[in-house]
Amino acid sequence: MNMPTNPQKPAKKLSLKENYSHLTRGLGWDTSYQPMDKVFPQDKFEGIKIHDWDKWEDPFRLTMDAYWKYQGEKEKKLYAIVDAFQQNNGQFNVTDARYINTLKLFLTGVSPLEYAAHRGFAMAGRNFRGTSARIAAQMQAIDELRHAQTQAHTISHYNKFFNGLHDYTHMHDRVWYLSVPKSYFEDAMSAGPFEFVTAISFSFEYVLTNLLFMPFMSGAAYNGDMATVTFGFSAQSDESRHMTLGLEVVKFILEQDPGNVPIVQKWLDKWFWRGYRLLALVSMMMDYMLPKRVMSWAEAWEMYFEQNGGALFNDLTRYGIRMPKYHEVASMEKHRLSHETWATFYNYTHAAAFHTWVPEESEMKWLSEKYPTTFDKLYRPRFEHWREQQAKGERFYNGTLPMLCQLCQIPMFFTEPDDPTKICYRETTYRDEKFHFCSDGCKDIFDNEPEKYIHSWLPVHQIYQGNCFRPGTDPTAPGFDPLAEVLQYYGFHVGEDGGEYLGSPDAKNWKAWTGKPAVSE
Amino acid sequence: MNVDIKTTAVTQIRQTFSHVARQLGGDKPASRYQEATIGMQPMVNFHYRPLWQPEMEVYDVRRTKLVMRDWYTFKDPRQFYYGTYTIARSRQQETMERNLEFVDKRGLLRDLPEALRAKLIFTLVPLRHAEWGANTNNCYMTAYGFGVAITQATMFHSMDRLGLAQYLSRIGLSLDGNSGDSLAEGKRLWLEDPAWQGIRRLIENMMVCEDWFELFVAQNLVLDGLLQPLIFQNFEQGFAKAHGPALSLVTEFSNNWFDETSRWVDATIKTAVGESPANAELVQQWIADWRLAAREALAPYAAAVFVDAADDEVSSVEAVLDNRLTKLGLKAKAAA
Repeated sequence: MNMPTNPQKPAKKLSLKENYSHLTRGLGWDTSYQPMDKVFPQDKFEGIKIHDWDKWEDPFRLTMDAYWKYQGEKEKKLYAIVDAFQQNNGQFNVTDARYINTLKLFLTGVSPLEYAAHRGFAMAGRNFRGTSARIAAQMQAIDELRHAQTQAHTISHYNKFFNGLHDYTHMHDRVWYLSVPKSYFEDAMSAGPFEFVTAISFSFEYVLTNLLFMPFMSGAAYNGDMATVTFGFSAQSDESRHMTLGLEVVKFILEQDPGNVPIVQKWLDKWFWRGYRLLALVSMMMDYMLPKRVMSWAEAWEMYFEQNGGALFNDLTRYGIRMPKYHEVASMEKHRLSHETWATFYNYTHAAAFHTWVPEESEMKWLSEKYPTTFDKLYRPRFEHWREQQAKGERFYNGTLPMLCQLCQIPMFFTEPDDPTKICYRETTYRDEKFHFCSDGCKDIFDNEPEKYIHSWLPVHQIYQGNCFRPGTDPTAPGFDPLAEVLQYYGFHVGEDGGEYLGSPDAKNWKAWTGKPAVSE
Repeated sequence: MNVDIKTTAVTQIRQTFSHVARQLGGDKPASRYQEATIGMQPMVNFHYRPLWQPEMEVYDVRRTKLVMRDWYTFKDPRQFYYGTYTIARSRQQETMERNLEFVDKRGLLRDLPEALRAKLIFTLVPLRHAEWGANTNNCYMTAYGFGVAITQATMFHSMDRLGLAQYLSRIGLSLDGNSGDSLAEGKRLWLEDPAWQGIRRLIENMMVCEDWFELFVAQNLVLDGLLQPLIFQNFEQGFAKAHGPALSLVTEFSNNWFDETSRWVDATIKTAVGESPANAELVQQWIADWRLAAREALAPYAAAVFVDAADDEVSSVEAVLDNRLTKLGLKAKAAA
């Protein structure tokens, strides 16, 4: 046996890099009792070629002992603050109870994605052949579990005082607009491991985090929500690790084989558009739902996508990557996205788990300033009309069900890229069936993988097919009210969880508990 | 005189989330473990067929033959969610770090006689690969398992196994003065030495086991239930008696870890077999199959490590496992 000789002298000091490399590299081995392709059955079918997994550069070099130490420390601090927040009734320090609706959107729409990310990264953490890549994915998997759980714990306290939060995972599985984020993540999870990490680590975490996660956290900071902002700060160091991983993943795949470039480009096109459509929900949050606004959606898009994203894609041109397809459409839409979205939710708020309202005069003034070319001309008259109706006791609710885009699952309310007064409709025929889309971006994605997307669980179709009633419901019973039944199936407490904000139980409780007006000055 | 603090009366409108209340049988205060666990995984209305397994949904109970009416009857007796898990481990790693430093600074392993160093490298260092295999297997359960009650614990278990692999690597570095030679030798042993091939074959076979709960039984109950005490109790204690506590200091984490995690493994098995006679039969069969394989796998390794005492040492850990199984209401003896 070739034994290492006894050094008999003090051990040499290892650098962080050497230490990590000793502890991690080489843990994996080429299996011989079972074929490697059987042990790792998923990392070839997408057509991505990896020649040398050792070229994977670990961005963090975090060993488990260090991970436990840092993360345990962060958890201790976070829970100390959450405890103090609860004891001090910190929920009453937010600007006004309208703000809570952003938390409802976040908890029902975003927190379950943290959970999905946890599971998706566990899959990637099992399926890559390279040891270091798997460890990086596993660390993100457990981080994402952290986020799902700390969000539940932070917002748990709000749930004890406000409506719309109480059944968030049940709702995420069922409610019509929550199928937008749910389908987004299941799309990634049902793809192969390389597409998953390109979609989530790169397109979602690296390109879009500042437009998705951070606006909620900044909104919390601006509106006095100390619990959520503390969570946000605590998650920031995790997020920056995930972003670094996202960039490393894509560079690694691109550097491994020129044949990977067109595959990755196709994924970047797809996941850019998928992510951008998801952000429609964030745009209305930023422009309409925060009593104290951080910045407008258009400003955020300019700063975080047009400038930062533009620079990033510029950087990637050396690999043969170009800007994602239809990015220019997203920029054309930036002055109308939030207005079109909020107006739709104003229509359907009785079937949503959060309240909507007509913006105050001062808020409309802000919107006019931020959107000088569109707001006064296209959207203000509609809100003023609704305000008049509301004053007459005729608050408008849309009693029909909207047609959904087969791909992004958002109601078809987006307008033509070059005409904000005309709804954009696209369609395609596949196996003698017609499928409808809100945009060229969504239609392209379907056309590339029709077999996948014919399986979309479209909430409106499902309602019409009778699949959204509780077990035992009899649709032929006299006086059957389909909408009321669907809301029961969603787990809504009708009259509490959705509808107009003014006069809602949330608004009344807020006034009673804090002595402050339901709408802050 | 009374000190009278005036407060505004605010009555909570509910105690916990509705999905948690349904599980608890009413709206009552819930623990953080419960709010972090119950109902967090999507259950219905899945959108697409996985490209990698089109016959299943993204989350699908059919990925194991085990059948549960409610996957949230599983409970982790440690009540670990991410926060309690990392806080517990961060304390343990502090102790372990002190122990490793103590041993390394004094050269307690490095300066052992050549034959003993060789023995430790042979016995312990290849095990880092086995731990990596255990990480792989638990990561599989996390990825494809059903219900947060189990899959969050297997996530923690995956990361634990990576941590254990890294602590074994640290022991190797402490033995070779940070040259890494022992790690290279450990890998060679793992890949080539006949004494290690049974264990490697067993782990590679587990890596292609598709039923995630069967894999849980094979890895976390059967193999760990034999191999961990064989090394971290029997071998470690024998070594300590003969050569002092240096090794015990650097294996303290593994030792405590096995005791702690066994409680969770046992609770999980108990819930699974308590659900139905069909489950009990299934789990019993898995135990029998994998125990037979494990016994075969461990024999050459035990022979190399314990020489003449090998049979006694293996019998003693078999008895430990039998004892656990009996407490769980399972038949103790393997079918063989």
